[in-house]
Amino acid sequence: MPVLWLVLIVATLALGGFFAGRRRALSDAGGDHRRLHSLPAYYGWNAALKVAVPAAGVLTVWLLAQPLVVGLVVVGDLPQDVVTEGSSMDLVMSEVRRTVSGLEGAVAAGVMSPEEARSPLLDAQRISEALREAGQIVSGQLPQPVISAAQQMRQLDNAGDWLMSGAALAAALAGLLWALRETGAAFRARNAVENGLRAVLVAAASLAVLTTLGIVLSLIFNTVEFFRIYPASEFFGSLTWSPSFGGRSELGIWPLLWGTLYISLIALIVAVPIGLFAAIYLSEYASRRVRSVVKPLLEVLAGIPTIVYGLFALLTVGPLLMEVFGNEGLGWMRSGTAVMTAGLVMGIMLIPFVSSLSDDIINAVPQSLRDGSYGLGATQSETIRKVILPAALPGIVGAILLATSRAIGETMIVVLGAGAAARLSLNPFDAMTTITAKIVSQLTGDADFSSPEALVAFALGMTLFVITLALNIVALVVVRKYREQYE
Amino acid sequence: MKVIDMYDAPHTGRTVTSNDIKISARNVNVFYGDNHAIKDVSVDIEDKMVTAFIGPSGCGKSTFLRCLNRMNDTIESSRIEGTICIDDEDIYDRRVDPVQLRAKVGMVFQKPNPFPKSIYDNVAYGPKIHGMARNKAELDEIVEKALRRGAIWDEVKDRLHAPGTGLSGGQQQRLCIARAVATEPEVLLMDEPCSALDPIATAQVEELIDELRQDYSVVIVTHSMQQAARVSQKTAFFHLGNLVEYGETGKIFTNPEDSRTEAYITGRIG
Ligand SMILES: Nc1ncnc2c1ncn2[C@@H]1O[C@H](COP(=O)(O)OP(=O)(O)OP(=O)(O)O)[C@@H](O)[C@H]1O
Ligand SMILES: [Mg+2]
Repeated sequence: MPVLWLVLIVATLALGGFFAGRRRALSDAGGDHRRLHSLPAYYGWNAALKVAVPAAGVLTVWLLAQPLVVGLVVVGDLPQDVVTEGSSMDLVMSEVRRTVSGLEGAVAAGVMSPEEARSPLLDAQRISEALREAGQIVSGQLPQPVISAAQQMRQLDNAGDWLMSGAALAAALAGLLWALRETGAAFRARNAVENGLRAVLVAAASLAVLTTLGIVLSLIFNTVEFFRIYPASEFFGSLTWSPSFGGRSELGIWPLLWGTLYISLIALIVAVPIGLFAAIYLSEYASRRVRSVVKPLLEVLAGIPTIVYGLFALLTVGPLLMEVFGNEGLGWMRSGTAVMTAGLVMGIMLIPFVSSLSDDIINAVPQSLRDGSYGLGATQSETIRKVILPAALPGIVGAILLATSRAIGETMIVVLGAGAAARLSLNPFDAMTTITAKIVSQLTGDADFSSPEALVAFALGMTLFVITLALNIVALVVVRKYREQYE
Repeated sequence: MKVIDMYDAPHTGRTVTSNDIKISARNVNVFYGDNHAIKDVSVDIEDKMVTAFIGPSGCGKSTFLRCLNRMNDTIESSRIEGTICIDDEDIYDRRVDPVQLRAKVGMVFQKPNPFPKSIYDNVAYGPKIHGMARNKAELDEIVEKALRRGAIWDEVKDRLHAPGTGLSGGQQQRLCIARAVATEPEVLLMDEPCSALDPIATAQVEELIDELRQDYSVVIVTHSMQQAARVSQKTAFFHLGNLVEYGETGKIFTNPEDSRTEAYITGRIG
């Protein structure tokens, strides 16, 4: 049974539970809702929650656990000799999974009957034929044990799906019965709903935390994997970045880190003064009318997808810079893609970010401080320089740090604006590249995912993650300190 | 010491018509958008005296007070008509720089609002902006004098570089008073300066106001009849944006002419 159907059925049951619970409570109270402990709808919600929450819990856990369990069983049943020289169990298993999806496709396309897909006589020849008929690409011959394993996996998956449906429906029905049994005029449905809602909220929060944790763990796991096959001393010590998929590549992080920091620095030199001045103008000088127009406009600017900025870098800013600094001009620049191009455009991207955050922070400075300063005969700019900015400074620093972590994580503008050469150079008109851009290029080739050239992406990602995490923590601490100031 | 002058352009001497009237307001109307907050108020405030503004909440006391140093200019929707003269000079004249005016007419607010700076820097803020000290020693002197006049010197002299926001509410308010007197204003406007203070701090501030009267003319807004009676020589009663009655404090409190004044001070309206 497809999951969608299951969800629909549970939802219907929950809806039914709502009305049944409400009706039951009302009839218990003789139709007079004042004799109920809680408002009638609470009895309905109680029943609906008790149907939906357990069923959803069963579904989630099952969906997460089933692939793991099935995988383990299949691996256990595979003969050891299927893992040949230069291969690994992981590779074999991914072949099994590919075969499974191939078989599903073939059955769905009608070129193979469900019975045939299950038959022990099925061989590689027939599969290739069927897949080709279904319009899929087939490469090489599948060994027989893989085919058997795929068949076993399909069977287990199928059985698992049915069991899951049964379990989820049983949970829903049990919840319904439970809710209806406890429903009565004296039952504290309001409190029960309160607890149920809290459970839902806790579940949502834990899901968010768990997925983050999962992502970080997989990052760490793959990074460790990378350092097993590539020396960390070279990753952090070498000054060259020259991956070659033939082997003997040098994967030093410094040229990438330098490119990242250089481009971010230029971006901040552009964005911080302009953004800050714009924020000061908007919050202190602009009339309400101007403000109500300009602020949303700036926020629209913040919503432009970065690929658009990338195009802008490639097609407008690069050629423009070339005219001044290129061979026709000063001769410092060899091509339109350069640190300067990407940095300028990234700075433009960050302006609304800095200005809108700083604007909020400057607005949060209490009016009484401004009054106090004006009352002493200070001019507007004296008030801003000597009272408002010092008071808002920690918050502004926080905003700048947040902008920095955005700059460091930016990819598209760099890919299109800065070129692809990993280079350690001081000339801002040279092409350079950043960590993010290299992660993309390391993973978008037809690289083998277990080679150091591909796995290095995780180590790069991890480095990036640590840098931005540290920046965000510093920013948070600074902002929090600022918050305490007026309390 | 630089003379603080409310005109941008140099002009020939201050015309002293020593009739002891410091501020004279004529037919003042104030609007916030369509809200007519002050209606045709005329009043003469005398020099070296404490004048109290009393009246029910929302009657326009703060609004009128803020007209006297043009603080209302900072509110976008406000509009003022009529003339207000300080020392016979119209402060709403085009030639008057409101910034200089505010140095001459100091203000203390209802809620203590020390800057998030050190105690020293709070007091030195005004003198520094107006270039009142030639060197650090002079500035130190100005700060100490102001803190002494604010009756807070003894409490803070050992921690001048601690943040002003770390003081208690009453201390903060006295710090704000010290900050206001540090620029040597001629008029001191106080908008409910004691509303956040305990009785002891209130007594200290009242004592201070009495001392300040030697050099300044002080205008104080207060909700406490007792306070008005204790510290002021003249009292003005506002009601719904009108100045209902203005006169000797003793007379207002013992023998008011207007029935509304009597009703207010005996607690029947408010
Ligand atoms: N910034 C402002 N914008 C618009 N209207 C205002 C503003 N400040 C005051 N008002 C209005 O002006 C009128 C007078 O207000 P004001 O603050 O002067 O009263 P008040 O006598 O000081 O009252 P309180 O004793 O409560 O401080 C009120 O109706 C108020 O709503
Ligand atoms: Mg007021």
